[in-house]
Amino acid sequence: MSFIPGQPVTAVVQRIEIKKLHQKDNLILGFSIGGGIDQDPGQNPFSEDKTDKGIYVTRITPGGPAHDAGLMMGDKIMQVNGWDMTMVTHDQARKRLTKKKEDVVRLLVTRKSLEHAVKQSMGSSPGLKHSGATYNHNLMQ
Amino acid sequence: MVITCLFNSRDRSRERHKASSSKDSSRSERSVVINPPDTPSQESPVHNGEPLPGEPTPAEAPGDDGQDDNWGETTTAVTGTSELSISQEEVVGLGKGIQDRTQGFRRYLPLAVGLCVGLLVLATPLVFLLLPAVMWPDRLQACGAACEGLFLSISFKLLILLVAIWALFLRPGRASLPRVCVYRAFLTTLTLLLTMSYWLFYGVRILDAQDEDYHGIVQFAVSLVDSQLFVHYLAVVLLELRHFKPCYSVCVMRSTDGETRHYNIGQLSIQRAALSILEYYYRDFPVHNPALLSASKHRAAKHLAGLKVYNVDAPGSTAGAQPGNGNQSRAMVTAAAKRKDNAHNELYYEEADYERRVRKRRARLVVAVEEAFTHVRRMKKEDEQASPSDIMDVREAALAIFPSMARALQKYLRTTRRQHCHSMESIQKHLAFCLVNNMSPKAFLEAYLSPGPTLQYGPERWMADQWTLVSEASVTSGIKEGTEFLLRCLDFSLAVTVKGIPYIRLTEEYIDAKSHKFLLLLQSETSV
Repeated sequence: MSFIPGQPVTAVVQRIEIKKLHQKDNLILGFSIGGGIDQDPGQNPFSEDKTDKGIYVTRITPGGPAHDAGLMMGDKIMQVNGWDMTMVTHDQARKRLTKKKEDVVRLLVTRKSLEHAVKQSMGSSPGLKHSGATYNHNLMQ
Repeated sequence: MVITCLFNSRDRSRERHKASSSKDSSRSERSVVINPPDTPSQESPVHNGEPLPGEPTPAEAPGDDGQDDNWGETTTAVTGTSELSISQEEVVGLGKGIQDRTQGFRRYLPLAVGLCVGLLVLATPLVFLLLPAVMWPDRLQACGAACEGLFLSISFKLLILLVAIWALFLRPGRASLPRVCVYRAFLTTLTLLLTMSYWLFYGVRILDAQDEDYHGIVQFAVSLVDSQLFVHYLAVVLLELRHFKPCYSVCVMRSTDGETRHYNIGQLSIQRAALSILEYYYRDFPVHNPALLSASKHRAAKHLAGLKVYNVDAPGSTAGAQPGNGNQSRAMVTAAAKRKDNAHNELYYEEADYERRVRKRRARLVVAVEEAFTHVRRMKKEDEQASPSDIMDVREAALAIFPSMARALQKYLRTTRRQHCHSMESIQKHLAFCLVNNMSPKAFLEAYLSPGPTLQYGPERWMADQWTLVSEASVTSGIKEGTEFLLRCLDFSLAVTVKGIPYIRLTEEYIDAKSHKFLLLLQSETSV
């Protein structure tokens, strides 16, 4: 999940669709994010590579929409509704997730266990098609 | 080279006479002489302090008073297990006897020399001025205001010189050092040389020629006084100022318990460095307590006892006993090994037990003292109507509350083995002092909870005249990097090593005040 400047970022991702919940006046998704290019990456407990400045899921409210959709704590969010989340500030990430006009957010998240699962499945039966998509992102550094 | 050094205290003469007379009378004549009597104060072996009260003195080897013919056969070696003073008072007493006779002479010698030189220095200019006026008054040219100005200047400079000579050379010293200070001798010689050369010139140029120019003669005298003032300035720099700028760091370690202190001193001769180190010793080191060392001596004794398992019989004697002896010695070796294995265990539990006992006694003591202090209070204005029997002065108040804490205090001091440092009068005196100065019970107790510097206790603990300076280099040579010497008292010694203070190279770095800039490292968590 670490990136090499100049090389495309490759990761195994899972598509998660979360319907926002109406709560009083707000639309909430039921999780908390941490990270961003303006934050200190060394304090992120979920990242493997401590220079990774991506957006991570730090908390999931149990019973909330994110929990129901299958989002897990420690996931790194790669895309939100088509917008890239690997090189954004914390505030930009928040804004992209909390747009009032959108009812649903489609996330592409990655986690370590996905890679393991893919490797295992590829190792056991090479011809099998694997669920989840491979995420290619060209980073113009 | 061993040189006896006598440390001067205020009533030194009284103490010394008392000490020497008590030494002669209290110790027995049957003493074991280890050194041959005609070489006094050679490397004197260690002799452990006064016999502690209550400890038995052993039967000493039979010998006559004075020098026995077979003293070689009757000598015994001092082992680490003995705690008594094997007296060699005869040898030491002999040496001290000679020194006592010469000491009176030696003590007054620097004072006498200083007085003579001082008088010479002060009288010479006056004589220079008076002699022409006495010997050829009619032929002298009178000189006016210039001479009077010079007379004034001579008189004030002589006055300053008088006070300065007294301040630097004639004041009673605070210590008696083994050797003459090299710089003092040099300065005395220089002064005498200067005065003699001026006399020479005076005699040849002025007395012989009967010079008539009085103004010139007065100027000659003024130049002498100026030169003497400059020599005195040199004396101040050599004798006083050199000592203050720190150049060396000395490490002083006590041999019995390893107490170590470090000091910075300037460029001094070894004997002067020893003197200032002793002054620091009396201020900084906790008082030497021989009672605390007996535990380690017991352990050492047990260790030595455990090692004595070897068969000293010559091989070939009683062959039948050999195998039995061999088995026995093997058993003793294993027993000794087991004892060695348990020694650290014993030490650990012994020390833990001791700590517990000390803390229990301390707790009782603190409570007793606090309770005692609540019984007495300073008299206020409204108490003046109280019955006169209740009003006491501080001495009586101290005596009144002392009994309630005396027992706890005595038990605590016994447990920490410091009961011989504090007498009842000294405790009551301290209590009175604390009451007068409104001290809390804790402040009163601090004096007894930890050992203080040696000077805090009575003069019998000071041992100020028992110090010996042991040094390989000459004691008048200056201290250098790597100098080591030993300051030996009766039953302990201070090992001193000298190291130079490093040459510090300080560089500067300029920081613009506006260059202090900071980044904020955030890790915020937002819920969406």
